[in-house]
Amino acid sequence: MSKSAETDPARTTQDYAAIAASKPFRHLLGVKKTFIIPAFLIFLVHYFALAVLVGYAPKLASTRVIGTVTIGYLFALSQFFVGWVIAALYLLAASKFDALTTDILSQEDQHPGEQ
Amino acid sequence: MAATLGITYWAARRSRGASAYFAAGRQIRAWQNGFAVAGDFMSAASFLGLIGLIALQGMDGILYSVGGFVAFVTILLLMAEPLRNLGKYTMGDVLAYRFNPRPVRALAAFSTMTSATFYMIAQMVGGGALVNLLFADSGITYNMAVAGVGTLMLVYVVFGGMLATTWVQIIKAMLLSVCGIVLTLLVLHRFHFHLLDLFAAASQITYHQNGHLIVRDFLQPGLHYHLPLGPVDLLSLSLMYVFGTAGLPHVLVKFYTVPDAKTARHSVVWAMFVIGGFYVLATLIGLAAAIELGPDSILAVGGTNMAGPRLAQALGGDLFLAFVSAVAFATILAVVAGLMISASTSFAHDFWTNVVHRGRERAQGESVLVARISAVGVGLLSMLIATRLGPASNVIILATFGMVVAASANFPALALSIYWRRFNTAGAVAGITAGLLGSLALIVASPNLMGVDPISATGGRHLIQAPPLFPFENVGIVSVPLGFLAAIVATLLSREPAAEEKYDELLVRANTGLGAEQATGH
Repeated sequence: MSKSAETDPARTTQDYAAIAASKPFRHLLGVKKTFIIPAFLIFLVHYFALAVLVGYAPKLASTRVIGTVTIGYLFALSQFFVGWVIAALYLLAASKFDALTTDILSQEDQHPGEQ
Repeated sequence: MAATLGITYWAARRSRGASAYFAAGRQIRAWQNGFAVAGDFMSAASFLGLIGLIALQGMDGILYSVGGFVAFVTILLLMAEPLRNLGKYTMGDVLAYRFNPRPVRALAAFSTMTSATFYMIAQMVGGGALVNLLFADSGITYNMAVAGVGTLMLVYVVFGGMLATTWVQIIKAMLLSVCGIVLTLLVLHRFHFHLLDLFAAASQITYHQNGHLIVRDFLQPGLHYHLPLGPVDLLSLSLMYVFGTAGLPHVLVKFYTVPDAKTARHSVVWAMFVIGGFYVLATLIGLAAAIELGPDSILAVGGTNMAGPRLAQALGGDLFLAFVSAVAFATILAVVAGLMISASTSFAHDFWTNVVHRGRERAQGESVLVARISAVGVGLLSMLIATRLGPASNVIILATFGMVVAASANFPALALSIYWRRFNTAGAVAGITAGLLGSLALIVASPNLMGVDPISATGGRHLIQAPPLFPFENVGIVSVPLGFLAAIVATLLSREPAAEEKYDELLVRANTGLGAEQATGH
């Protein structure tokens, strides 16, 4: 369980503060936020819309679209597809996070604590 | 019956051998961890409870299927990678990173054990109801079945299977997927592969309600939740799902131990496909159970939890029932193992070693012994409560109790410690305490446990015969904001510069994997 060591012997609190304040790291956080915050909000709105539709507009949710299949059922199924699409988009976006992270880590290996 | 035992035994044997193989030094791959996460998450609640709930409540039950899936979007976007990068082993470890370790570890151990206990109760009820159905003619009562199933599982987990978890979960998730696919194919075959015919049949389900014969469309909402209070209950359910799974210790533990953030991320996506696929099929299986068996028969024979196995018997005969039952037992066994390990690790590691003994190294044997004793304690308590609740309680409803505790107590503390610099010990203590006590009190006061049944009511009587003090079945709408509010208010009322100073380190490590990286050989 070497991973669970409470502190990292190679770096001090000041080293971490320096990395946290560095440009590449701020850039990484910015790139992450521009994807994650809108994606999470869209997901929340779409998901809570299901409870609102089914709960407050049962008539609309009961409307039959294909045969006896209702809007409510189709909207429930859409939750799975939106979830999968967000997951796929996140994988794409995350490859950029990984590239930025690799840059920060390699710079840190060469010049520990001086960014 | 022999086939049931045979398949369970085979699955157990297979798991042992393979786990030794993994222990030999192979790193876990994303798809393997994804199946393992799905295995940890999909319990008797998903298999027995969900299908039964859809068979009884139609569209309203389908919302549980959606909720169980979408929870993983939260895990993917907010939790999996930071948790893996921080390289910790329990929720207590994550909180102790920045905060005063003794109080946060003690509380984390208790909320972990509480949510695990509710999940365990659900597994015990499911196992007991299944044995009760399979051996209906032999005079084995439900209580005897719970005691038997529970004891067997305790013996298996405490004396043998403690280590064999990841591969157990992978095999079990695969068996469950195969089971869902075969059952769906049998359902489709029954409707000559015309899906619209199935939906047409589901739109005219005839059953008795309050003594009247009624016909309802199971694709239309309102069978269970209706105006005026129903919509609030549904929002409450959604709130619990969005944050609950992201606070379940036995699911999160799977992200602490993968090689890197990329593997954590890909394993969530794998899990989303396995779980989502199964839950979409579950909507078809549940509707088919409503059509084939009918709500009257489901309630009369075995209760809602047995709708799936009985549908399997109706469509595939006794042999398929044996297969489905074996998979259900394997599911229950695997989830119980995972729960016991997360509950007893948390107790031994967080509470015993770090709180009672202030982090002094204890003899290896002692912590294992404490872990085993706490596993037996949680197991016995769950069995006791399972016998009090009876076989009619739907197991997915029981599992939601564990999930609402996780959403109200665990998630606010975990998420705020990762995403809020100002968050501190006082906030974590207040948040976990308020979330835990608030959700427990509301569950007891809710219509799930309180209610007045007519003398003539058979089965499924409320535990407390009094009008419910809280109007909603799903308590998350109050308890989740309560957990967050307590955490935020207590934080703002106090100052802890040490915790804020440590935030830079947490932020860098959570986002880059620095510090945790060396241990995996980079």
